[in-house]
Amino acid sequence: MDWTLFVTQLLNGLQLGVLLFLLASGLTLIFGIMDFVNLAHGSLYMVGAYLCATLAQVTDSFVLGVILALPLTALVGLAVEFVVIRRLYARDHLDHVLATFGLILCFDAAVHFLWGAEGMAIRLPAVLDGRVEILPGIVFPTFRLLIISVGLLVALGLYLVVTRTRAGMLIRAGASNRTMVSALGVDIQTLFTLVFAAGAAMAGLAGMMIAPITEASIGMGNEIIIVAFVVIIIGGIGSIKGAFLAAVLVGLIDTMGRSFLDTLLKVFISDQNAETAAPALSAMLIYVLMAAILAFQPQGLFPPKGR
Amino acid sequence: MAQALLTVEDLYKSFGGVTATDHVDLQVIPGEIHAVIGPNGAGKTTLVAQLSGELRPEAGRVTFDGRVITNLPAHARARLGIARSFQITSLMLDMTARDNVALAVQAHAGHSFRFWADARRDRDLADTALVGLEEVGLADRADQTARIMSHGEHRLLEIAMALATKPRLLLLDEPMAGMGVEEAQRMIGFLAGLKGDKSMLLVEHDMDAVFALADRITVLVNGQVIASGAPDDIRRDEAVRRAYLGDEMVDASGSAD
Amino acid sequence: MKRDALSPANWTPRTWAMAVGLAILALLPGYVELTGATFYLDLASRLMILGIAAVSLNLILGHGGMISFGHAAYLGIGAYSVGIPAYYEIHNGFIQIPIAVACSALFALITGAICLRTKGVYFIMITMAFTQMVFFAFVSIEEYGGDDGLVIEMRSEFAGLFDIEDATRLYYFIFASLLATLYLVHRITRSRFGMVIEGARGNERRMHAIGYDTYRYRLVCYVIAGAICGFAGALLGNFTNFISPEMMDWTASGELIFMVVLGGTGTLFGPILGAAAFVLLEEWLSAITIYWHFLFGALLILVVLFWRGGLYGLVDWIGRAAWRKRS
Ligand SMILES: Nc1ncnc2c1ncn2[C@@H]1O[C@H](COP(=O)(O)OP(=O)(O)OP(=O)(O)O)[C@@H](O)[C@H]1O
Ligand SMILES: [Mg+2]
Repeated sequence: MDWTLFVTQLLNGLQLGVLLFLLASGLTLIFGIMDFVNLAHGSLYMVGAYLCATLAQVTDSFVLGVILALPLTALVGLAVEFVVIRRLYARDHLDHVLATFGLILCFDAAVHFLWGAEGMAIRLPAVLDGRVEILPGIVFPTFRLLIISVGLLVALGLYLVVTRTRAGMLIRAGASNRTMVSALGVDIQTLFTLVFAAGAAMAGLAGMMIAPITEASIGMGNEIIIVAFVVIIIGGIGSIKGAFLAAVLVGLIDTMGRSFLDTLLKVFISDQNAETAAPALSAMLIYVLMAAILAFQPQGLFPPKGR
Repeated sequence: MAQALLTVEDLYKSFGGVTATDHVDLQVIPGEIHAVIGPNGAGKTTLVAQLSGELRPEAGRVTFDGRVITNLPAHARARLGIARSFQITSLMLDMTARDNVALAVQAHAGHSFRFWADARRDRDLADTALVGLEEVGLADRADQTARIMSHGEHRLLEIAMALATKPRLLLLDEPMAGMGVEEAQRMIGFLAGLKGDKSMLLVEHDMDAVFALADRITVLVNGQVIASGAPDDIRRDEAVRRAYLGDEMVDASGSAD
Repeated sequence: MKRDALSPANWTPRTWAMAVGLAILALLPGYVELTGATFYLDLASRLMILGIAAVSLNLILGHGGMISFGHAAYLGIGAYSVGIPAYYEIHNGFIQIPIAVACSALFALITGAICLRTKGVYFIMITMAFTQMVFFAFVSIEEYGGDDGLVIEMRSEFAGLFDIEDATRLYYFIFASLLATLYLVHRITRSRFGMVIEGARGNERRMHAIGYDTYRYRLVCYVIAGAICGFAGALLGNFTNFISPEMMDWTASGELIFMVVLGGTGTLFGPILGAAAFVLLEEWLSAITIYWHFLFGALLILVVLFWRGGLYGLVDWIGRAAWRKRS
């Protein structure tokens, strides 16, 4: 096997993994604390990307664009929580998915209205636009390395917040046992609003990180959000640790499957058959993984306790 | 001694640090009412849940009619003839009283993979359900949605559903919980009428009811059986007086005299 | 009084709504014949196909309480079951339609066996994920057009017994299918099986306690719903003469749920009303502005927040108002 390609794809898989984590960690916390299913989380990913693209254009700096777009995305998240989501906590899951599905339609149309049907590209500064030789003979895009580092840093930060601070303790307690936290007299609404805003910012960040590679486009969040769901189902809803491990696992398996499954299949079946079957199979791989895990662990790898 | 209908041996279950069922041994003999009493949190509901199959014990064995059922799921046990009522009312609230009981009748009448005939026009189901409702005195409420019925009626409906499956063993978890004095008296009368006919494991806080109905009493404290025997023996048992009954016991025997 | 339930004098508002709705659908081709507005024929055909799909979804969602967010998968599987044989020049509907129904049932059986082991939000997400799996599988199969889809050259043939090449015939074929589906679902929901499904939605714990293995009943219900929707998918393939993975995009599943809720969950004819409202709104709003999705989304949110009774709730309300006037 091609060693260079293998390492490169491993890194690409990791990059996808951290992006998924940025999306999934917010989702899993929102669900864990409020028992709320937010389909529109992917819309915040899109909004982050568009805001960043515009601000990067205005300021002529990608980095400034990200710095300004982050709090704005969080604000959008807050607004959504305040206007719609807050009214839905007491309702059942069916109402959650329907209303947030409606939100997706609204967001997509609003972005269409504000930014037009065309996607928006983001120009990277020269330092980030190149490639670096990370190992002898292996060059990798600098920006993708940055994505990985940012993702890992956020994961580390989140880990520290959740394990070392009081707010984090409440979040953890809330995610595994809601009634206990309310019983402690904590204002769960405020806690949740904060978590929602933070989740929005992280989803937005993921969008900002991917936009320079793929462009910001309408509906960009609608596909990846399902993969983020797969991640939190595998990880166990409400568990940050589970979300992280599952995100990296899914990122790696998806990327590696797409590049090497045909090679692997050729060992067992004819070249031609392998080439027709591999794309479809690799597209299904993460879902098969999910099904396999659920068959043994219906609540994911790190099931919530006390529910 | 007659062959036991239900035998519980060395049953053990804990929740995290709390031992809810601590090596419990217990028997229910055909036709008897076996009461299980104990203070709040003693593990009575947890015991019933393990007997009905809703919870799995960590160790021990449950035998019903000579068959080991420790690993059978709840629905399989129900089909063998173990029925239960819930301490906290558990009904199909959006259905009528009749439909609730009819479903229980239907459960007992073979499989339900029948897709065509209208179940509500099925005389077998509807009539049997009505008889069941009549037995507990709810016949005139048959077409009422369960949700709008009173608490006392809910409790009776629970019993009607349990009986409709034609069980051989009834597990009753505080059937009188939350009932008024009069309603409770009616329930006691009703259960007394079933005595000898149905074997029962009765969990109850109401001591009047327990001493009026039980053939045998088992006292559970902190998941452990601290005494088991005839009502009079339990009344006299020092350990029971000390550990649990205390003043309440004196009251109960006092009012009985 | 009770014996006369069949006589129109004793119909409930709901029965009236259904009767009027079906009568309009039955007579529509005549109107189209007179006015030449074939556009309405297309609209109503699509409406009825989506209606069948919504009725099948309602069986699991409304009656069974299983919130599947992946029901569009069966529309896709059904449509491809027409398209792929047609691609190999097999146009016989007596082959295509059984394939559609069987493949849908099989997919429902396999995925349902896994999904139904989970509860609540897990169930929602997993049904969604499995549908996305099929979506991507078809996207990546180049042979059948991948992303771009596949044109169906010829509609299903039924061994010379009848044919649906003509729009009006296809219309009546769909209409008959709709009636058959309504009747089938009506019987199922009132049967013993239907009672168990209804009971399991209400209180699964209690159902276990009286002796039902609810998992098995739910799985069968899930398979039935999938099979019916697969049939709707076969109709859809015939109607559009074109199939693409987009039919099973997850937003399509969301739209099906919207139809059910808009019409009234757990009712017989509600999903058809919902599908009609959906299709008409889509036509109407998209004529007003290209940003009509915004209005649509906002409407969806408002319906969820303030108007959960659905259109059937409205029908009941009008019925009560009319009754009050009369007396
Ligand atoms: N699901 C559970 N998780 C954790 N602990 C539990 C659970 N169910 C019961 N317990 C604990 O097990 C112990 C026994 O509870 P159980 O409900 O069986 O008591 P009980 O005798 O029925 O009490 P009561 O008279 O109040 O009904 C209690 O300490 C309770 O807190
Ligand atoms: Mg109890």
